[in-house]
Amino acid sequence: MRPPEALPTWKEGEGPLTGVELEPGPPPEIPRDPRRIAWTRRRVSAGRMWRTYRKNTLGMIGLVALILFALVAIFAPLLADKQGLQATCPCNGIPFSPPSLKYPLGTDNYGRSVLTLTIWGTRVSLTVGLLATAISIVIGSFIGIVAGYRGGVSETVLMRLTDWFLVIPFLPLAIVLASVLSPSLGVIIVVIGITSWPSTSRIVRAQVLSVKTRPYVERSRALGASGWHLNTRHILPNVGPLIFANTILTVAVAILSESTLAFLGLGDPLSVSWGTTLENAFASGAAYAGQWWWIVPPGLAIVFVVLAFTLCGFALDEILNPKLRER
Amino acid sequence: MSVLSVHDLAVTYASQAGAIPAVRDVSLDIDHGEVLGLAGESGCGKSTVVNAILRLLPPGATTTGQVLLNDEDVLTMKPGHLRAVRWTGASVVFQGAMHALNPVQRIGDQLAEAAVIHRLSNQKEALVRAGDLLEKVGLPPRRIRDYPHELSGGQKQRVMIAMALACTPSLIIADEPTTALDVMVQAQVLKLLNELQHEMGLAMLFITHDLSVLVEVCDRLAIMYAGKIVEEGPSAAVFGNPAHPYTTALAAAFPTIGDQRFRRAPSGLGGDPPQPDSIPSGCSFHPRCPVAFDECPTVVPDLYEAGEQRRAACLLVRDQAGVPT
Amino acid sequence: MSEAVADPTPPSGDDDAVLEVRGLHVSFEGRVGLGAGVAGKKASVSRAVDGVDLTLRRGEVLALAGESGCGKTTLARTIMGLQQPKLGEIRFEGEPLGTSTKVLREYRRRVQIVFQDPTSALNPRQTIYESVAEGLRIHGVTSQDGMSEEQLVARALARSGLRPPERFYLVYPHELSGGQRQRVVIAGALVLDPEIIVADEPVSSLDASVRGEILKLLLGLRDDFGIAMLVVTHDLGLAWTIADRVAVMYLGRIVEIGPAEDVLTEPLHPYTKALLEVVPEAGGLKRPFLTGEPPDPTQIPEGCRFHPRCPELISGGASAAGVEAMCRGEDLGLVELRPDHFAACHLAAARPGDAVPSATT
Repeated sequence: MRPPEALPTWKEGEGPLTGVELEPGPPPEIPRDPRRIAWTRRRVSAGRMWRTYRKNTLGMIGLVALILFALVAIFAPLLADKQGLQATCPCNGIPFSPPSLKYPLGTDNYGRSVLTLTIWGTRVSLTVGLLATAISIVIGSFIGIVAGYRGGVSETVLMRLTDWFLVIPFLPLAIVLASVLSPSLGVIIVVIGITSWPSTSRIVRAQVLSVKTRPYVERSRALGASGWHLNTRHILPNVGPLIFANTILTVAVAILSESTLAFLGLGDPLSVSWGTTLENAFASGAAYAGQWWWIVPPGLAIVFVVLAFTLCGFALDEILNPKLRER
Repeated sequence: MSVLSVHDLAVTYASQAGAIPAVRDVSLDIDHGEVLGLAGESGCGKSTVVNAILRLLPPGATTTGQVLLNDEDVLTMKPGHLRAVRWTGASVVFQGAMHALNPVQRIGDQLAEAAVIHRLSNQKEALVRAGDLLEKVGLPPRRIRDYPHELSGGQKQRVMIAMALACTPSLIIADEPTTALDVMVQAQVLKLLNELQHEMGLAMLFITHDLSVLVEVCDRLAIMYAGKIVEEGPSAAVFGNPAHPYTTALAAAFPTIGDQRFRRAPSGLGGDPPQPDSIPSGCSFHPRCPVAFDECPTVVPDLYEAGEQRRAACLLVRDQAGVPT
Repeated sequence: MSEAVADPTPPSGDDDAVLEVRGLHVSFEGRVGLGAGVAGKKASVSRAVDGVDLTLRRGEVLALAGESGCGKTTLARTIMGLQQPKLGEIRFEGEPLGTSTKVLREYRRRVQIVFQDPTSALNPRQTIYESVAEGLRIHGVTSQDGMSEEQLVARALARSGLRPPERFYLVYPHELSGGQRQRVVIAGALVLDPEIIVADEPVSSLDASVRGEILKLLLGLRDDFGIAMLVVTHDLGLAWTIADRVAVMYLGRIVEIGPAEDVLTEPLHPYTKALLEVVPEAGGLKRPFLTGEPPDPTQIPEGCRFHPRCPELISGGASAAGVEAMCRGEDLGLVELRPDHFAACHLAAARPGDAVPSATT
């Protein structure tokens, strides 16, 4: 056995670098203040994530579509006259007329331009979808994190509560609630919110259980970190990406749910959404009369927006879900 | 009589970043009844060599060279013949046996599967043979009715060895067979492998990163670094008197208990083993080598004579013109 | 089970003890299904740590060795406060931990842990800077010795060999190699200026050629800063390389403890001897080793817990010395058989003067 001292060793100051090769390009300037370090890190990491997302073709298609829908929703007043939503607007044309130059998507039973209805409907559908999702994600994540982190009795109770809500059939509950409470957008948002949080909470809890036992969380505990610190600094950041991807998919479901409820006549009769337009169309027998211009635009709008959210959600899931990601 | 003869094997993986050379130029020979050890750290390509021998590489991999198993080239075999050769010509004891066993099938059925696939016997006979195999590896034959979760880690590894013997191959490739085991169980498994190998006259290719284990078990050693073999020779000589600086460093990481020279004197190399996508120029070891000189980054060393049946890929060995160190 | 005979007089050099563990018991309860529970079946209790007395002296490197299932990891985790003991007491600098929150807080600062797998020991979503600074932030240290947080992080990174430290601030763990990650973990432990580092298999998941550098770093930390280390390992070669004292554990108890040179070259306990004999070496596989399966902490044997596998008992050495009945029937604790060298073995206690030849030279 060759004795160790015969193995030549590096002299002081020489030797292979223990530095690290950063990505090509000018290195970001290294600030000395910890807060600025954190912000620089967020910027750099966001840039990295964007570059990865850009490579996902389907994700980019979804993102572009979403941006278009968002623009339509925001600039609705510029694109179509709000008065056109009133049944008694003088701008309305002859009811049930097919597409023409003045009314590119035809008119409904009140003579309102279907194009106007579709454009303005974007606002309602997206708003309801986003708000309902917000409720759902907040409730679902909170319950998932508390259940996963605390374990024991709390976990059992919360998870059984989740199961209960999971099992409640969406439509009957919605019908009951809408009948008991006066139908309005608020009610719809709440109904969708409280029926869609269970799936989020299950996913979140599973991820929390996995993160909780990782050595870096244990180390934090050994250092004496409080539950708040552990959850906000370690568990949430590692569960967050999954929640975010799940959120995007939930919005798609929420928009579909709103359309379904509206289509069934449970929506707010005073607001115009794609679902109410469809409901109106079917109630007026548009399908039998062959008035496709009334049915197809809102229908396609629903399909495309749900597809867009789904594509984005899948792309994000691939990037953020550690199991799906291949290095 | 060579059981396995590998010539100039090179394996390249295709990836988004371009072609990655996992194995660059490996040649080995194993005779009947001989045990060759292949040592190396992560990224050196030893697992790729194992998979290449039986053509078990993923689709994106390109393989060149020659792999002669019982004088037939595995790389150019027709798929039907290849399937017949797999397990009957050479078999593999995989790493992490815990995960290589089907948890919902009984041990006996899994052992019998190999024989049945190769139509060596029908299911009933194969089960009887399975019992015999278990006995050979030191487990009672009645355990063919057990499920994997009823066995301990060491017992599962023995089952893997039994499985490798199922079709009486001429070569057994053991890929890190004892890495996940306790020292006591490791000793038992190594002893078992040793006995079986002697009893059945098997040739064995033993792969691990633990150099001290290799020295116990193997007749000859080959050390891999960055996809190439950098030293080979009789195991005691290579371990006790390394010719290549990398082997010296690797050997020094496995101290002899009782030897005062190792007390409070850990020795290691700076830097990290190179990953296949960023292999240094010239001699791939030169950035970490304590005795590198000016030619090392530019000249790629061959395997030069370094003593009795020994070779090492180091320019210093070349310059010493074959004088044993 | 008879009471363990604890050594009444503390071993020499104990006023220099920075950490003391007395009578520690940690056990885990298995689960019993509802039907079985109703039928009266009790849950199996795994006695992972079954009565351990241990002293860590200031600035020493103590290796805690043993196979899997012996309880060494559980002991280390209990010392770190990640596991609640069923019984027993831990004293830090002479003060029992349970007494005041102030003592506990100081303890959490002064005792740091280095985990086995550096990849999972670092939060993948935090940069190196944040991982290292975490200890400072949890303890609310914004400046110390006139240095700001950033300077303290830089100092810790530099001390663990990552130079220049600034280059690592914004890097994520997955961009580093295994050895560099372990250095980051060590830097995270150093940043709070600890007295004690508990290292659980610090190098076993690293490549062999990289291990030496990390071990050199750990030894350097002890030499330069007087940090005491409790190194949990299954590798006796590692203990030989860096440890001052070695404690060998079996089924939840320490069965031998003493200076590394003594324990590893002249072992007193048959289990230690067996472990040393299976260390691979040139010379072939002709050495004997223990038969039977690794021990199960839910079924601890009566008497000396090692007796069912003990080669001395099986070969008749114990009966020749007349201690066979004791081996089978009487549990025992550590007894000082040589200066500062303790073993829990009836046979070794019966012939203390004998120089026991080891299988390794």
